[in-house]
Amino acid sequence: MAASPHTLSSRLLTGWVGGCVWYLERRAMQESPHKFMHLFRNINKQWITFQHFNFLKRMYVTQLNRSLNQQVKPKPEPVTSPFLEKISSGQAKAEVHELRPISPPSLPLSRKANEKELIELESASVIEASIDVGNATKEEKQWKEMKLHVDDLPGILARLSKIKLTALVVSTTSAGFALAPGPFDWPCFLLTLLGTGLASCAANSINQFFEVPFDSNMNRTKNRPLVRGQISPLLAVSFATCCALPGVALLTWGVNPLTGALGVFNIFLYTCCYTPLKRISIANTWVGAVVGAIPPVMGWTAATGCLDAGAFLLGGILYSWQFPHFNALSWGLREDYSRGGYCMMSVTHPALCRRVALRHCLALIGLSTAAPILDVTTWTFPVISLPINLYISYLGFRFYRDADRKSSRKLFFCSLWHLPLFLLLMLTCKQPPGGGSDKGEPQS
Amino acid sequence: LSLLKGLLQVNVGDQGLHFNHGSSPGFPDAGVFFQSYFIQLSNQALQFCFGAQVSRFCPPRKSCYDWIGPPDKCSNLRPVHFYIPENESPLEQKLRELRQETQEWNQQFWANQNLTFRKEKEEFIHSRLKAKGLGLRAESGQKATLNAEEMADFYKEFLSKNFQKHMYYNRDWYKRNFAITYFMGKVALEKIWNKLRLKQKKTIN
Repeated sequence: MAASPHTLSSRLLTGWVGGCVWYLERRAMQESPHKFMHLFRNINKQWITFQHFNFLKRMYVTQLNRSLNQQVKPKPEPVTSPFLEKISSGQAKAEVHELRPISPPSLPLSRKANEKELIELESASVIEASIDVGNATKEEKQWKEMKLHVDDLPGILARLSKIKLTALVVSTTSAGFALAPGPFDWPCFLLTLLGTGLASCAANSINQFFEVPFDSNMNRTKNRPLVRGQISPLLAVSFATCCALPGVALLTWGVNPLTGALGVFNIFLYTCCYTPLKRISIANTWVGAVVGAIPPVMGWTAATGCLDAGAFLLGGILYSWQFPHFNALSWGLREDYSRGGYCMMSVTHPALCRRVALRHCLALIGLSTAAPILDVTTWTFPVISLPINLYISYLGFRFYRDADRKSSRKLFFCSLWHLPLFLLLMLTCKQPPGGGSDKGEPQS
Repeated sequence: LSLLKGLLQVNVGDQGLHFNHGSSPGFPDAGVFFQSYFIQLSNQALQFCFGAQVSRFCPPRKSCYDWIGPPDKCSNLRPVHFYIPENESPLEQKLRELRQETQEWNQQFWANQNLTFRKEKEEFIHSRLKAKGLGLRAESGQKATLNAEEMADFYKEFLSKNFQKHMYYNRDWYKRNFAITYFMGKVALEKIWNKLRLKQKKTIN
């Protein structure tokens, strides 16, 4: 009975967080194309200079040769706007034929007159050249000014801080808080979530700051803000500091010092241990699993003020979950990891990778049995969680045996729904107060 | 084609395969470590990739910002065209040169890395197909490939072969990244300080 307000509050929370994430993502996606078009319309009007024509001339030569060598089919230019297209092809044709200098800035009238003359001089080589130069100007259009627009900032910062991952981390923290014994303290709960969220944003931003050239080379990460030059490294570091300091302060003084210390430790572990270790040794996966295990422990310590067996159990569950999740994901990224220089089990020790994933799937069954023993949940929990635990173990076994992309994907996607469901079941089976559990004092 | 070669030779000469011009602040050992892990790129490889993109681009005159381009085909890194303001302070110049040099260094490393990977992958596939007794093309006429499990041996071997190279690269990348960010901070503070001084002068006058 006492479990239901907790379940409801964590469900509401997950829903709210998910809604925010969706909103942020949509905004980021919708705003950028409009700004992009507007910017290019303005810029293109100013591009008629002598320098530009000379550059086009050089581009023609190199682009033609490049296209011959690489056997790239000339693609039709995207229809961004008829006005833009006309101007750029007009410039191109003017350059190819009229190699006399054109005085800057050319008046629109004389430009149009040139265009008309040149259109009459059609031949196959001209068309090919203009397509090639068209490709060149198309490439030119992809150059963007590194000017920060304030409206874009929320979307950019959301991506910098890996807001979706942060939301997941915050929800595991909320699960830890809700599962802890003692009365549910709403202000403390909200402060914990805010503090943990800020700490996670900071850690993720620093991680991206360190990994710019590596992220550029992997398909999964090549659209990150620092890679695309949407913000400067200085801004990324400043943002991280502005998240870390209030986040940790909130946890230390708003919740309790233990939670604050765990927050600082986790930021350090993620940015200074896990991130560099990814390129040095496969031990990074174990360190990363600890990083994932700490947030629910933080939730627990925020509610109870101490690190007791229940906290370690929750940490252990998240720790074990990381392995099937990450090992299955990394199985499909082996080529990118190898090329980028990442030391991952899936590349260097594939058999170990699969063995560890299976081992930890089975460990989850063990941990769910330990939950009632440690008075975190009732005995209903191991029973009702057995089906999903057996299923993920089965997929883990298939991955171990088959070692192919199909089984790795199945295991990965299973892990995505397995964790929230597992935690939810834990919440519904939470040991009610007076059930012999140790009541820690909620600190504020 | 001769025009192309001429253009690219100029580019290569300017940017150089060694960066110890003396313009690298705080990195006196740039040349040494660079040579210790740099593998010679073939002429052909250089022709496709090296730095031609940045030198060709020209931003509009009115703009006083840096410009960033599409990802390079070989290195996957986005080239940046740095804006040089009229009243550039020595600190700003130092920062810009550091960023420029780091960009070239990064470009070299990753273009080399990716091309080597592609080349060695092709060689591995050819040798394995030969060992299996299969031709380079399947019956459908498409290029024959190996499955992921067969490729796994190559990935493991490639990673371990390049481990030392990556260690050097990582160390230097971290150093450069910190230095650039540090100088960016200094430049930002300098700008704020100048603005405040200007405001003070105006209020006095």
